[in-house]
Amino acid sequence: MNVYIPILTMAGLGGLFALFSISIAPITGPKRYNRAKVDAYECGIDPTPQPIGGGRFPVKYYLTAMMFIIFDIEIVFLYPWAVYFDTLALFGFLAVLLFIVNLTIPYVYEWRRGGLDWD
Amino acid sequence: MFGTDPFWLVLVKTVVVFIGLVVIVMLTIWFERRVVGRMQNRIGPNRAGPQGLLQTLVDGIKLALKEEIIPITAHKAVYWLAPFLSAFAAFAAFAVIPFGPTVSMFGIETQLQLADFPQSVLYLLAVASIGIYGIVLSGWASGSTYPLLGGLRSSAQMISYELAMSLSFVAVFMYAGSMSTSEIVIAQEQLWFCVLLLPSFVIYVTAMVGETNRAPFDLPEAESELVGGFHTEYSSMKFAMFFLGEYINMITVSSIATTLFLGGYLAPWPFSLIPGINEGWWTILFWFVKVVLFVFMYVWLRGTLPRYRYDQFMAFGWKVLIPFALAWVVLTAAVRAFAIEYFEDVNMLLLGVGVMLVGVFIYLVYLQIRDARRAREPEPELPSGPMNLENEGFPVPPLPGQTFEYTPRASTTVSGGTEQEEVTDG
Repeated sequence: MNVYIPILTMAGLGGLFALFSISIAPITGPKRYNRAKVDAYECGIDPTPQPIGGGRFPVKYYLTAMMFIIFDIEIVFLYPWAVYFDTLALFGFLAVLLFIVNLTIPYVYEWRRGGLDWD
Repeated sequence: MFGTDPFWLVLVKTVVVFIGLVVIVMLTIWFERRVVGRMQNRIGPNRAGPQGLLQTLVDGIKLALKEEIIPITAHKAVYWLAPFLSAFAAFAAFAVIPFGPTVSMFGIETQLQLADFPQSVLYLLAVASIGIYGIVLSGWASGSTYPLLGGLRSSAQMISYELAMSLSFVAVFMYAGSMSTSEIVIAQEQLWFCVLLLPSFVIYVTAMVGETNRAPFDLPEAESELVGGFHTEYSSMKFAMFFLGEYINMITVSSIATTLFLGGYLAPWPFSLIPGINEGWWTILFWFVKVVLFVFMYVWLRGTLPRYRYDQFMAFGWKVLIPFALAWVVLTAAVRAFAIEYFEDVNMLLLGVGVMLVGVFIYLVYLQIRDARRAREPEPELPSGPMNLENEGFPVPPLPGQTFEYTPRASTTVSGGTEQEEVTDG
């Protein structure tokens, strides 16, 4: 039998449980309408009016996400190399070292330009 | 070996692991509340059931009976999807954790593990990333300011710490020669990776606390700044799903730490000398004890440390953890490459270098804390001498260093005057 089937059964059971739990709450709980209750929560003051599109947020998050993608791809390349390290030996090490150095240069550049600082 | 079970046995194992996981989570929540209670000089929940053991169950039932409030500004479909994703991903990740070796179950030889394949750690990382969607989407879909901020923070935090976490695995794969969880455990029969690859272990343990949003890295929730973060607008069972997901994730990352660094279900050192101890049902006990140790560490951190500030926290991730993890990857690779070419065994060399690196790491953390202390604003100069009541205007208590001369007439005049004015107005 396929090795992935236990994963499907576990995910299926977990998913069913989660679905059951979030669907049961509207049935078991009371419903008492109150206009103030369904407002966005902001410590009792009127909620901040949101501009169309959900509002804007600092570009720093975008920068972090870009850095994440670059590093994540680097890590994805490192994994197979690590598993077959003994076969590739010194040659593999030097090749990956070159790769890591190549990615470290822009990383250091961004660090020096203050791209990793939060204000 | 894997994938040979008949379907009914797979179902039995799945149900047992599922129920076991839910029970462990309930006990973990109870354990945390009791231990934190003791750390704060109080008792903690002790009413529902013996020693309060049923407290979590009772809380869950209470949550199910509460009204569910969905804000009008919420995006309905995504608002529903988010808690589902959180809980679903948390459950699914647990499928590849090994609890023990091959045992005989109902007359069939089977592993004490649901599934395993050559890339199971990669699967763990992938499913853990789906959990991030749950948090980000819940923050966005609530249509409210605090959850949006919490969700954004959390996404930035979790992806940053996932990098350090993933980098710490590279050395483990190198020394185990595999990405399969059960094979990594077997590779540690001689020496646990938490000893051989100490820096990896330190990075992983630090990153896993950040990854699960727990104190001192619980910035997405940050009650004092963001109310409750991404789950501010969630109530009733949807909130319970986030809560459940968080605690399952705690158990999962503790299990990963156990599997990858603490030898999984293998017996610890003095017991490991007994022949045949790493076989049979016993081994679940070793796995469980190691996971409980990590859970206790979580609770201990929560009871001890204050929350990080967001910029310090991100700087720690990007400027300390990631460069350190990268350097360690290069170093282990170099040592192993030269060992393969020229020597037979240089584990001791790597061990020494590892211990030294952890020293450097701790020193870097210390430097960061020191710099943060120095960068703090200087204390404002306190006024000294006698207090000038007429210029100060408002009757405030004297600051340290100030002297206060009691002049009954001054205060009477001020307050008396105001009262008289009010009376005339009325």
